[in-house]
Amino acid sequence: MSTPGEIAPRRDSPPYQPGEPVALFIPCYIDQFYPQIGTATADLLRRHGCPVVFPEKQTCCGQPAFNSGYWDEARGVIRHFARTFADHRWIVCPSGSCTAMCRVFFGHVDPDEQVVDVGRRVFELSEFLVDILGVTDTGACFPHKVALHVGCHGLRELGLSDQPLRLLQSVRELEYVDLPNADECCGFGGTFSVKMPGTSIAMGRTKAENVLRSGAEVVASPDVSCLMHFGGIIARDPAMKHIRTMHLAELLNHHA
Amino acid sequence: MPDEPVFHGAPFLKSLNKGLYEPAGSRSLGESTERSSKHNRAVTAEVPQFQEWRRAANAIKAYTVRNLDKLLVEFERNLTARGVEVLWAADAEEANRHVIDIARRNGVTSVVKGKSMVSEEMELNHHFEAAGIRAVETDLGEYIVQLAGQRPTHIVTPALHLSAEDVGRLFAEKLGEPFSAEHQHLTHVARRHLRNEYLKAEMGMSGVNFGLADTGTLVIVENEGNSGLSCSTPPVHVALMGIEKLLPRIEHLPVFLNLLGRSGTGQKLTTYTHFIQGAAPGRKLYVVIIDNGRSQVLRDSAAHMALYCIRCGACLNACPVYRRAGGWAYGWVYPGPIGAVLVPHLVGLDQAGKLPFASSLCGACGEVCPVKIDIPHQLVHLRHRAVNEPSPMRSWTERLTWTLWSWAMRGPLRYRTAMAAVRLGVRLAPYLPWHPGKLGAWTRARALPKVPGPAFRTWWRRKG
Ligand code: SF4
Repeated sequence: MSTPGEIAPRRDSPPYQPGEPVALFIPCYIDQFYPQIGTATADLLRRHGCPVVFPEKQTCCGQPAFNSGYWDEARGVIRHFARTFADHRWIVCPSGSCTAMCRVFFGHVDPDEQVVDVGRRVFELSEFLVDILGVTDTGACFPHKVALHVGCHGLRELGLSDQPLRLLQSVRELEYVDLPNADECCGFGGTFSVKMPGTSIAMGRTKAENVLRSGAEVVASPDVSCLMHFGGIIARDPAMKHIRTMHLAELLNHHA
Repeated sequence: MPDEPVFHGAPFLKSLNKGLYEPAGSRSLGESTERSSKHNRAVTAEVPQFQEWRRAANAIKAYTVRNLDKLLVEFERNLTARGVEVLWAADAEEANRHVIDIARRNGVTSVVKGKSMVSEEMELNHHFEAAGIRAVETDLGEYIVQLAGQRPTHIVTPALHLSAEDVGRLFAEKLGEPFSAEHQHLTHVARRHLRNEYLKAEMGMSGVNFGLADTGTLVIVENEGNSGLSCSTPPVHVALMGIEKLLPRIEHLPVFLNLLGRSGTGQKLTTYTHFIQGAAPGRKLYVVIIDNGRSQVLRDSAAHMALYCIRCGACLNACPVYRRAGGWAYGWVYPGPIGAVLVPHLVGLDQAGKLPFASSLCGACGEVCPVKIDIPHQLVHLRHRAVNEPSPMRSWTERLTWTLWSWAMRGPLRYRTAMAAVRLGVRLAPYLPWHPGKLGAWTRARALPKVPGPAFRTWWRRKG
């Protein structure tokens, strides 16, 4: 088990060799509701020379059941994940939260070393680009005022620190604006959002108001689940009409 | 001013938890916690070795909890050698009996109390009242909530939910003082009233921050001087401590003092650090050591870290749920993230099984905890237990849902079928006259995502 405040275990591995295939893990809600994030992720990786594959048997990382306490139910799904990705050395996922599930929490549910090992090969997209490929400039151009929201699991379980920020800041013509209280949770929390909706919404409102205060036209995030939640609040507020939410991968795929 | 919550122990947890669903915390609590959390983070960030201290403290506590049985015996031996009477209490009831008994034996009619969370666990003030003994809280915050007939909302700053205006009105009403909302003035008023209490009291009570096993020393930290006065003015001192409050040796103390001041109140060191080594000549010292559910934690090997807590309150201040819900919403003595972890062990999952779900698992608590308790991981661990053991969270319908979900997520074809149903549901939702259950919980303030064209996997097959 990892302790909080420590960066989650990442498999000590030899560096990425050019030409090695990268397997996409596209979480279920992205697959179904935000497919453009999947395509943007694939495009980004290809542009930086990675052959991309998509193991078609993949489904979900098991996080919803795990966070709800249903570990036995999660375990079956995690094993399916481990079987699906067993042969892949590099696995990249455009979600900090699902990556944290794989890398940090598989071991809580399943003691099987092989399962844990597959989990440790999963990288969050911005982390893979910056730390593994050494890319900070994706060549994107995006002439807007942009704020950044990094989801809590990415931030605190994976120790994502400045990778998403560095990627954003190298985007041409982009004006980066600071989000007040940027590291405070937006209140999504998976099933928390519907189990304790009042509190979840109150937190989301605060986040939305901070986005408004930042003056951003676009709020970008490596986690679209957060965006779905507080973006859903933004979408209902006439005073926030001008604000768009966008996954980091999509933004990094914009060219003038 | 908020109404007084009904509070006579765990059974009330059930009805009080409402505030976790619909935030009910006061504005002043939200603002103060946010402010202190920022301040404390800034203070801790100044110390280059702060993370090392946290690791060291965690290791010392791990050792302590592993060897608790031996250390407690050593502690008792050293206390007894200093002429201290040590009393053991398995639960709150026994602890209360000990304290009332000590009071009776010493002919006590009036008691001054320094801050002690254990005394809240015991609801000691009710027991004093029933025994016809006057007990006055002397910590300013505790004094205020006692006057108001309320319960603390925070473990370090009990009256955080009240503004200076609230306190001014309270002092006017209960003490007959002219109204003022000026901090210094209010402090003076409290001080003047409390001074008489110290002089009258025949017994003083305190908590214990650290018990040093090797020397039988009680360490008490505080800022107002009231604990020191409570321990030393009356001829009898009774100290209450949980079994987990030990440190093996005095060498282990400095790192904890460094952490506690900074994480608790953003101070390099608290104003006072008292070391009590036995009773002064002509005085009596009793130490009541209380289990009250703590050994339940020892029985759950994945939960031991819950006993490392030094009650600094940093996790409360950092918690976005606590900030909005306030302390009472958690229903028992310990609110916030550590409350959600500790209370289910202390009072049982059947009473407090909902608490671990009162979190978005954002991890802000674990990030600030000075002894590095893996609070968010403890929360998911307890969720796992809560759905499998007798608790308000164990539900057949939910079990069935997750069983079906698990089946659907174990094969690509099942996955596609299940997802087609979800997509259809989301597509139809705008046309439904009302949204039931969880769907309604989502859409009450949030738009649903738009259902796009083909899923990613379909796109991949065609063009990927
Ligand atoms: S759990 Fe940690 S942060 Fe919370 S009160 Fe205890 S010691 Fe402080």
